Amino acid sequence: MLRLINLELQKLLLSRVNKVLIFISFILPFTVLILSSIKINFFGFFTLELGELGIFNFPIIWHITTFFASYFKLFFAIVVVSMIGNEYSNKTIKQNLIDGLSKKEFILSKFYTIVFFSLISTILIGVASFLIGLYYSSYTEASIIFRETEYLLAYFVKLVGFFSLCLFFGMLLKRSAFALAFLFVLYIVEWLIFWGSYEAFGNADSAWKVKNFLPLESMYKLIDQPFQRIIITKYPDKMDLAYDYAVHWYEIAIVMGWTALFVFLSYRLLKVRDL
Amino acid sequence: MDTILTINNLTKKFGYLTAVKDLSFTINKGNVYGILGPNGSGKSTTLGIVLNVVNKTSGDFNWFDGKTTTHDALKKVGAIIERPNFYPYMSAYQNLKLVCKIKEVDFSKIDEKLEIVGLSDRKDSKFSTYSLGMKQRLAIASALLNDPEILILDEPTNGLDPQGIHQIRSLIKQIASNGTTILLASHLLDEVEKVCSHVVVLRKGEKLYSGRVDEMISSYGFFELKTNKQDELIKLLETDQNFGKLKVEGELITAFLNEPMDASAFNKLMFEKGITLSHLVKRKESLEEQFLQLTDNQ
Repeated sequence: MLRLINLELQKLLLSRVNKVLIFISFILPFTVLILSSIKINFFGFFTLELGELGIFNFPIIWHITTFFASYFKLFFAIVVVSMIGNEYSNKTIKQNLIDGLSKKEFILSKFYTIVFFSLISTILIGVASFLIGLYYSSYTEASIIFRETEYLLAYFVKLVGFFSLCLFFGMLLKRSAFALAFLFVLYIVEWLIFWGSYEAFGNADSAWKVKNFLPLESMYKLIDQPFQRIIITKYPDKMDLAYDYAVHWYEIAIVMGWTALFVFLSYRLLKVRDL
Repeated sequence: MDTILTINNLTKKFGYLTAVKDLSFTINKGNVYGILGPNGSGKSTTLGIVLNVVNKTSGDFNWFDGKTTTHDALKKVGAIIERPNFYPYMSAYQNLKLVCKIKEVDFSKIDEKLEIVGLSDRKDSKFSTYSLGMKQRLAIASALLNDPEILILDEPTNGLDPQGIHQIRSLIKQIASNGTTILLASHLLDEVEKVCSHVVVLRKGEKLYSGRVDEMISSYGFFELKTNKQDELIKLLETDQNFGKLKVEGELITAFLNEPMDASAFNKLMFEKGITLSHLVKRKESLEEQFLQLTDNQ
């Protein structure tokens, strides 16, 4: 396994474009997080300190940081898609196989790398949230700090799932740009399915249930938007806004199911294809 | 003799097109093999199948003793197909390092192999800055990294200038002289003739011949003759049972042999008959002539 990760890391880290993208996708959310946590003074007119809004309190900080950080996954998605696209356009995929890498090892080296980077990202966000939380949070008892750390797990599963989807699209279409465009197409298709099932079942609830099983929606649903929750914590009387924001085991299971399917399909595709 | 590769009844169809039809042959250790055939005769497809990048339709192939999986076997094989494929943003050294990681070979081999192909002084330049000849030599270095049992080269001199072609050919001969088995696919007949001891001839995916280069057609060769008593010589040759077809082009007479005969015996015979030859060469058909004869006959 280490050999395969090592192999892929060499391919990635010697390319300047990839280095920049990886840097952006990991360091940028980190920087944004740090910046948002410091007190910004607008020329003496007023000071903006997000920390005072209570969003850096434990345990809600886990929810908020993972939700916003997950948007930066798009940068690494470009890396994932191009690491497949480049193998095809340079024909190095063919040479790799001829040199003695099996098709299974080829896919696994990509997948392990995805898991590796997702793990690093999760750890970075985890550590950053922990430190900022310690600084700002009104509650610092261990039981509260470590409550809802399942958002970190959800974040990790979400990243792995999304990148596996990119891996599959990259293998399917062989071109980076097409693969990224297909992500957008999939987004539209999911809404079409939502609309279709709304027509079929006649109510939005059932249609949402269907959509929750689709790849992009199921990944999004892992970490629900935290805005309503922030409002609820600020104004406890607005209980009509209450919603289910927890991370559920079945949400994780659905995304892991998609992940397994995408990796398997990528392998099947490589296996049946003549290069 | 140790078998390196056995191919049995291999067939590959691309939709309606049959690229390789019922192909069987064996590669033994220590020989230099050529796969010969016009463009589109299935050479690259056949190599692609045994190298695990093209899926076969039917038939099978075995590497080595038949117990090794293709995946393991390929670690003992060095191969380049079509153009040299490397990562353009990496240097030659880094590219070879990657190949070492794939083949699980020690990095110390890299400098040794770069020395053989004469790229040591450019090893830190990016691959994208290389000329085609250098790329091709780097590909050979890469294929040699694991000290392979067999080196497979597909059109290694394609697109190269005469100097490049010469460099690659002498490199191949040098590698062959070290006892490495070589399988060389080419549509260039003189290339195969200059380098190979054995040949497999393909046309439209079918095997026309496989065996030694010099036994490709049963022929005892021919004499090229010049003399000032041309008419007498022609008359004599026409009556001699040893000779078949005669060809006269200006002063040059070409006489094809029906029976084996060496040049000195022929010279002695002519001298006894009172004909002095000003030009006497015994030759065999070139591979090109044999190849055309073979493909015409079918």
